[in-house]
Amino acid sequence: MSKPQGSNVKERARTALQDEFLIDAVKFTTERLKNGKKAATAEHGNWEEWRERGRQIRAHTVAHLDYYLSRFIENARAQGVHVHFAPEGKDAARIAMDIAKHRGAKSVVKSKSMVSEEVHINEAFEQIGIESIESDLGEYIIQLANEPPSHIIIPAIHKNRRQIAELLSKEAGETLPPETQVLAGFARRKLRDKFLEADIGLTGCNFGIAETGTVVIFENEGNARMVSTVPKIQITLMGMERLIPTWDDLEVMATLLPRSATGQKMTMYMSGITGPKRTEDGDGPEEMHVIIVDNGRSLQLGDPDFQELLNCIRCGACLNACPVYRHIGGHSYPGTYSGPIGAVLTPALNKNAEEWHDIANASSLCGACYEACPVKIPLHDMLVYLRNRKVERGVTAPGEKMAMRGFKMLMGSHAWFERAVKAGQLGQKLLVRGGVIKSRIGPLGGWTAYRHIPALPKKSFREQWTKVTAEAETSFKPMTDEMKSRMEKIVQSRAKGGH
Amino acid sequence: MKVSLFITCISDALFPPIGEAMSQLLARYGVRLDFPKVQTCCGQPAFNSGYWDEAKASAKTILEAFDDSDFVIAPSGSCTGMIHHYYPKLFEHDAALLEKSRRLQEKTYEFTQFLVQVLGVTDVGAYFPHKVTYHPSCHGTRLLGIKDEPMELMSHVEGMEYVPLPYAEDCCGFGGTFAVKMSEISGAMVEEKSQHVLETEAEVLVGLDMGCLLNIGGNLKFQGKPVRVMHLAELLYEGVRNREQTAGV
Repeated sequence: MSKPQGSNVKERARTALQDEFLIDAVKFTTERLKNGKKAATAEHGNWEEWRERGRQIRAHTVAHLDYYLSRFIENARAQGVHVHFAPEGKDAARIAMDIAKHRGAKSVVKSKSMVSEEVHINEAFEQIGIESIESDLGEYIIQLANEPPSHIIIPAIHKNRRQIAELLSKEAGETLPPETQVLAGFARRKLRDKFLEADIGLTGCNFGIAETGTVVIFENEGNARMVSTVPKIQITLMGMERLIPTWDDLEVMATLLPRSATGQKMTMYMSGITGPKRTEDGDGPEEMHVIIVDNGRSLQLGDPDFQELLNCIRCGACLNACPVYRHIGGHSYPGTYSGPIGAVLTPALNKNAEEWHDIANASSLCGACYEACPVKIPLHDMLVYLRNRKVERGVTAPGEKMAMRGFKMLMGSHAWFERAVKAGQLGQKLLVRGGVIKSRIGPLGGWTAYRHIPALPKKSFREQWTKVTAEAETSFKPMTDEMKSRMEKIVQSRAKGGH
Repeated sequence: MKVSLFITCISDALFPPIGEAMSQLLARYGVRLDFPKVQTCCGQPAFNSGYWDEAKASAKTILEAFDDSDFVIAPSGSCTGMIHHYYPKLFEHDAALLEKSRRLQEKTYEFTQFLVQVLGVTDVGAYFPHKVTYHPSCHGTRLLGIKDEPMELMSHVEGMEYVPLPYAEDCCGFGGTFAVKMSEISGAMVEEKSQHVLETEAEVLVGLDMGCLLNIGGNLKFQGKPVRVMHLAELLYEGVRNREQTAGV
């Protein structure tokens, strides 16, 4: 099964929901990651305090992003790094292509980078006849399948082992058994040649350390280390918000990120790259470029509802925790990023473009994303803010607008509410069978396709109130002094401003 | 001391026995509930859909209804969560209403919070000889931090066999208008939740939010499964009645 088709989230989700392989694969892995995170954070202890520290570091950096960016750039340049700035995705691709053309490069080997997906770097290189190969195993698999990643950390999460064996067999020209060791062994041999051939190594950046101009990369496969040491030229794409002030702050991030992402205590490889190869270094690129990518990020700066989006450290924990993501997979989302973070980030990065908005509706607002987030981004609130912005722009469906006008009238005064309930009690007679409503007409259809609705009782609670309160009186017992004093204390503490 | 009942629109229209159970239970601790009739709905359906003007019209009835109450209690973590978590946002540009909403927040409690935190009651003296599982609703646990209160109340119910719900923390897929707008996704979520409920082989599913219980209960009924679905207030009251009847009260 390739990417679910459809023009909007609802349609793509419908296709995905029917794809048992996809849903089973996604459920299996998100569950494993979620449990891993739970165990790792419990074992580490004081997780809430670590989260809060992480939030503070990220919020502080983003609040002073101009300062830390200039520090980072100054320090990286002092180490001999060529620093570029790309206002939009296409600028980043153009800068990378210019470097490649100028150096006469024929091939690029890449390590995992979400920002490179955002700027479509592989397609850009392809256009000018440069081969660009993904070296992260998951990314390699979906590159062979010609699909975008469906998860921030596990790009091929939607594929099962058998599907992966088919893809790699095609590439190998022989049938490979669906065994992890065999498949990984094939990719390893194949990619080893690519590392040695490549003129350019292209990496992402998990954290840029402002005080030294260092690019820090977290990975598990060792491929990013190969990418950043073997080829003569290194290009690093860095989202402009990836910074942290100091190496001390990295300790907090190194605690939060792997535990949140995969439940690992530590990432297998953590590389800190400060400038190109020096004469005394054994390896490393002779030339190093960092392309700092804005691509809609600066639009969030100063926006009280969305600035915290820039705090994200791309761990994917919100995807693993999200019951909607688990049911529809990453390809049901419209942009590069999926899950709760994608549902907010995609509209935000794309200037809140109207066509992206329906993704904000694909959430039950359960808050599992916020609970999972290692830097406490209130994604569940942001989804509501996005819906509100759509309403403010007046681009919601006419039927919905009418329903909400009705809500305002009926709920705006108790008299209307009471009339509406009465009308419902009388009017439902045509629909009720055996105490429930099963009818699938009108807006009820989505609900009754999966559920029965209980009929409204003959009398609402408020209609019964006089009787209820009189009956309760017969069981009345005086309050104990202890309870009285507890209640009085609470009321007094409010008056003092405490609660 | 004026303790007011915020019944919530859903329990008012669809589930009157919940309000009755609350009134009856609290009377036994010396609390005479007050019921201001100007209340309608917390405004959440409109707020969550992004229609904040519409939400305000509804939320204002709540501000007005409970302005002179000392305590406000609601049989819903979600509606209580709306007041605590979203009223500051809803009224951020209106200083007078913002102040009113701040006062409402500090006195509004979800039902089990009020019993346990305010009254200090953890054993209502209930007898309920059934196998029961509990779905902790997302807004109650995540917006209000209600975790221990219902567990503590249930742990003192005699004769009751409590079976933990697998994947209890997963959302049931209700999400208000989400269930209608994204019905297939919501449907898949509620089917998974029902499956977990059925795995427990419980006779009764109990919870603190009628939105979620309407959803899960509606799906169980749709599937023809005879699981009884109740609000915890109803379960406790029925348990108290069981005990009182045996004792001949």
